[in-house]
Amino acid sequence: MAITPFGDSIEERIGRLEIPFNRYGVDQYGTSRAHLKWMYGFFGLLYRHYFSVKVYDIDRVPDRGRAMLVGNHSGGIAIDAAMVLAACFFEKNPPRLAQSMIEKFLNKIPFASLWAGRTGQFTGLPEHAVRLLEDDRLLLVFPEGARGTAKLFTERHSLVDFGTGFVRLALKTRSPIIPFGFLGGGEAMPTVANAYTLGKLMGVPYIPITPYGLPLPLPAMMQVRFGEPLMFAGDGTEDDEVVIGYVDEVKRSIAKLIADGRTPQPALLNARSSVVPGSSSVEASAR
Amino acid sequence: MKVLVVGVSSAIAKLVVDQLLAAGHEVEGIDRREWAKAPIVVHTVDIRKRAAEEVFRKLRPTAVVHMGTVTSLVMPGEERYRINLGGTRAVFDHCRAYDVAHCVFVGRHTYYGAASDSPLFHTEDEPPMALSSFPELADLVAADLYAGGALWRFPELHTTVLRLCYSLGPSGHGTLGTFLRGSRIPTLLGFDPLFQFMHEVDAAAAIVRTLERRTRGVFNVVGPEPMPLSILIRETGRHSLPLPEFVYSMALGRFGLPKLPPGALGHIKYPVVVDGSAFARETGFAARFDTTKAMSDYRAAFPPKTS
Repeated sequence: MAITPFGDSIEERIGRLEIPFNRYGVDQYGTSRAHLKWMYGFFGLLYRHYFSVKVYDIDRVPDRGRAMLVGNHSGGIAIDAAMVLAACFFEKNPPRLAQSMIEKFLNKIPFASLWAGRTGQFTGLPEHAVRLLEDDRLLLVFPEGARGTAKLFTERHSLVDFGTGFVRLALKTRSPIIPFGFLGGGEAMPTVANAYTLGKLMGVPYIPITPYGLPLPLPAMMQVRFGEPLMFAGDGTEDDEVVIGYVDEVKRSIAKLIADGRTPQPALLNARSSVVPGSSSVEASAR
Repeated sequence: MKVLVVGVSSAIAKLVVDQLLAAGHEVEGIDRREWAKAPIVVHTVDIRKRAAEEVFRKLRPTAVVHMGTVTSLVMPGEERYRINLGGTRAVFDHCRAYDVAHCVFVGRHTYYGAASDSPLFHTEDEPPMALSSFPELADLVAADLYAGGALWRFPELHTTVLRLCYSLGPSGHGTLGTFLRGSRIPTLLGFDPLFQFMHEVDAAAAIVRTLERRTRGVFNVVGPEPMPLSILIRETGRHSLPLPEFVYSMALGRFGLPKLPPGALGHIKYPVVVDGSAFARETGFAARFDTTKAMSDYRAAFPPKTS
């Protein structure tokens, strides 16, 4: 039985998620207790034993209720999403299931479609986002989309264009946005080029090319830094200029979190820090 | 209430008749198929023929339930178009001509189609987006839209369009009951869509509730929460036979598999899940039976074959 940093098992933590599983162990969206157990078991291995993940200010993620985690993409494939999911599950008490808005192509791929659906990761459609938020779920959004994961190694700390849809959804559903900066994705998957034609042949947007050839991640150091929740005034029907202003604020917040992560950190005085088994750790920044 | 049920020999329609009779309503039916030992007068006529109009003229029903559409699974080709579109038009024409107060068109939740980029929990205002991949659904979608058009074309006629999810129960009838009939259910390897179904008694109860509440508008009708296909197969005592998609496509119509149009594969690959909250709000309808009861009743009526 896998033991988490809090000394409980993955099964026990799944039992503490605010997901109304029915007698067959699935919720109304098809999220399955059994599939979550496998997913967190696998992500837990990566999180604690393969990568070295540091998590900052996880307590800024609300314990319950709707919220939107919004962060930067990097790393060729969505390792960042997997590690944020792992952080919200293994480091938060009570644990939370972060539900990503995934790329549409994934649903066409056998097994990827099945596992995404059974683990609560749904196609990035406004209808899904609104329904999950109104159901008080925790949404994980990467506004850069596939353009974000396609960043080359040299661009790994940059931010490409954000859409505006996520802010309108947050306004419409009155959900707080918790910005986060993710570092280390580019180091794990040092992309030197993307093979778009090969990707199209394989039914994916691109295949990342690494110096060692294979699109497999290296055991890199990673950081997930959560920022202060942002709550904007409005109902989602505001003019583009207003919404773009809010988007820029989120973007600035994420850029600052990335910059903080790149700055060598002095010893954290008065910081609440707990080093967890394995190589990952969780810290709350001194405020 | 004097109710005429069109397509009365289907399994759900028979349950509707039972429930209407139990509630004290006067009921007659129309169907091309015989209903042996029917508890009501059944006119064995085609709704598109003159004899059907005679039934309207003589009976003068206050309400009509149109359940006389067919899917591509039971009737391929041109004739299906004629039944679904010509039949629906005839029902509405007769309703207007003979002062019917309320017409209920019973459609299907597959109206929305199944596609990789379809949202879960379709609402009634969504267009049928997946027709391009499953053109054999076009006539049913067109019949649904034709019926919905009556809401503004014939404002004097109280019209309700119901998009019912799959039904399951001891009759074993319907798309889902037929799909689950064998002991090994072919599925697509790597896909496990959510299936939305309700007990057939609840499906009939929803139709009766619509008549009694005189609900007007277009509504999705659902039962309990949807279920992954794998669990549905397991709980009805069947075994899944996962096949890669290209093998499945080649095997259709062979080895005991039904001959399905290619678009039908989308419905065992991607979910068609609808939001039934508007109907529940409007009518107070709540399913009496859960998915366990629907699956166990089906299993009891059609026990898995043991080798």
